[in-house]
Amino acid sequence: MLPLDAVLNGSLNMIGYGLATLGPGLGVAWIFSSVINGTARQPEARGAMLSTAWIGFAVVEALAIIGIALAFVIK
Amino acid sequence: MSAMIGLLIPLEGFPPGVNSFDSKPLFPELGPSWYWVNNHLIQAVIATVLVIGFWLWMAREQKVVPGKRQFFGELAYNLVRNSIARDILGHEYRRFLPYLLALFSFILVNNLFGEFFLFMFPTFSKIGYVWGLALCSWILYNGAGIHKYGLFTYLRKATLPEGVPVLLWPLIIPLEFLSNFIVRPVTLALRLFANLFAGHLVILVFVLGGTLLLESGQAFLVAAGGMSLIFSFAIFALELFVGFLQAYIFTVLTAQYVSSAVAEEH
Repeated sequence: MLPLDAVLNGSLNMIGYGLATLGPGLGVAWIFSSVINGTARQPEARGAMLSTAWIGFAVVEALAIIGIALAFVIK
Repeated sequence: MSAMIGLLIPLEGFPPGVNSFDSKPLFPELGPSWYWVNNHLIQAVIATVLVIGFWLWMAREQKVVPGKRQFFGELAYNLVRNSIARDILGHEYRRFLPYLLALFSFILVNNLFGEFFLFMFPTFSKIGYVWGLALCSWILYNGAGIHKYGLFTYLRKATLPEGVPVLLWPLIIPLEFLSNFIVRPVTLALRLFANLFAGHLVILVFVLGGTLLLESGQAFLVAAGGMSLIFSFAIFALELFVGFLQAYIFTVLTAQYVSSAVAEEH
């Protein structure tokens, strides 16, 4: 028989982390949407835009990564 | 049936959690001093051998008009050479190409192990392996900068962007130092780790939960378990893509960091 009557347990940290991913998610989406827009307007500038975009992506993504680290670390 | 499932999917324990990522020593009879030879270490070693073997095989007997094997090898090589190394590093990309290519293929092979029978585990969802890779990249981009500019010039260039007013120096220098020497390697490592850890956990939930429901014997739950197992194929496909994407991002960011360390104007 399955343990389906099990009590839901876990950490509220994960809900907090879920909320915290909203910001970086929007940020990363915005960065690459700008690159797509820029490429559509001026295809030859794609390389220059992408190299800036990767740095920006790394910085924005760092927030989400710090979030997941703290969600596991903080009790 | 469960024996067959155990053979195909060497996963056990429900609910899946952090414990599902524990390493198993390969030779438990040799005592605790040999526990470091575990299945995940061997997996990483096999990946190394595979990568070295692959590139040696691809580099053998090269012809002006490539055959199928050489064509495939050149396709894989050109992906890293043209779209990562040359685009980002500019004219001095050749010196860094061997490291970038090795990095990309090693991460890719290890990530694909997560969807590959016999292994069924992405090596980089163990965080220790990821720290090792990030340390290599950290040494590379700082070493490249120090080699080009000398220690003090490099530190000044890395921590102080040009054109910052003197009043802001006490604020900018610690921030840039933190960002360039601590946050970069840590996020490089944790990005790879967190993606593979989370992906493998989702696979475990779908496959283990589906198997458990399938064996429950109640019609409704068996149907749900079947659905869960079918959906796990989609998750596996997603993880194949994520594995490739993370290998690509790790390599691109390493190249980017090297490029910003050796950049002429800052």
